[in-house]
Amino acid sequence: MSLLHTVSKSPFERTNLQSCLKLAKAGSSILLYEDAVIGAMQGTAVADLVAAAAKSCKLHVLGPDLAARGLDAGKVIPGIAVVGYADFVDLAEQASAVQAWC
Amino acid sequence: MEEEVEAGAVKKFMYVNRKQPYGTVYALEVLEMVLISAAFDQDVHLVFTDDGVLQLKKNMATDGIGMKNFSKTYRALEGYDIEKLYVDQESLDERGLTEDDLLVDVQVISRAEMADLMDQMDVVLTA
Amino acid sequence: MSYTAGGKTVEADEEGYLTNINEWNEDLAGEIAKAEQINMTAEHWEVVNFLREYYNEYQIAPAIRVLTKAITKKLGAEKASNKYLYELFPYGPAKQACKIAGLPKPTGCV
Repeated sequence: MSLLHTVSKSPFERTNLQSCLKLAKAGSSILLYEDAVIGAMQGTAVADLVAAAAKSCKLHVLGPDLAARGLDAGKVIPGIAVVGYADFVDLAEQASAVQAWC
Repeated sequence: MEEEVEAGAVKKFMYVNRKQPYGTVYALEVLEMVLISAAFDQDVHLVFTDDGVLQLKKNMATDGIGMKNFSKTYRALEGYDIEKLYVDQESLDERGLTEDDLLVDVQVISRAEMADLMDQMDVVLTA
Repeated sequence: MSYTAGGKTVEADEEGYLTNINEWNEDLAGEIAKAEQINMTAEHWEVVNFLREYYNEYQIAPAIRVLTKAITKKLGAEKASNKYLYELFPYGPAKQACKIAGLPKPTGCV
């Protein structure tokens, strides 16, 4: 059992995602939702940082939040799973605890 | 008899959009304020910088988050005679976007040019 | 308040604008028009349908000067004059025609 880290703020507006990536242990889960979903896309200024984290942590991004912002689920960084609301619940249930970065 | 008409001075207004469209209500509120203020015939400049460039992203589908997709309304701005829209290239680059990702015609300028433009304004409002 | 058309009752706000635009249909428009004491003619429908198209494209109800400009472009200046529009909708084309079209109150309309 390990932590589920959730991040909802844009990495270009606050440093929640950056702090989360520094403190998330290998094997833990990270879910990006709301304004944080831009952090899951290829080609952004934080893409290298996120791609590196995706090698040791299980990264997820909420599909409905990508779609709302017109962001193509086919262009997320390889290794990040696009999930729905029901998966969000499952992730929270399976985690030892939820660390909501805010 | 002559009527006294108070000739209102036209000022240079700039609205600076810096936030994503749906995480907070700022983007929608600014858009509504811009539409209402169009009635006052001022020299309006709309700037989209930082995460604000995401307000103009094409292909938004908001059914999944239960909110109204108001991005189509940016295309109505032309009818309100608001045609000076600016985006800075650096903000697009940081988010992996290009001008083709945007749903309205904008002038893509550099951050330095945006700074110069901002410097010429009489009123600047940011959200 | 509410309107009833075709055996179905739909909700509206205290000024008579539909709460949910998706519940609109032509029968309902007739009922709203009746409440506004307007007898719908082909000319009325032309404006109402124009507003619905505008909303569909831009997701807002236009301010009156934007409406007249857009009508001029599509239907000609004659049908965009204030005189013509106020004859059709005496209490204000933007407000009354939007209400009948099932749209929210125009943005910027006090």
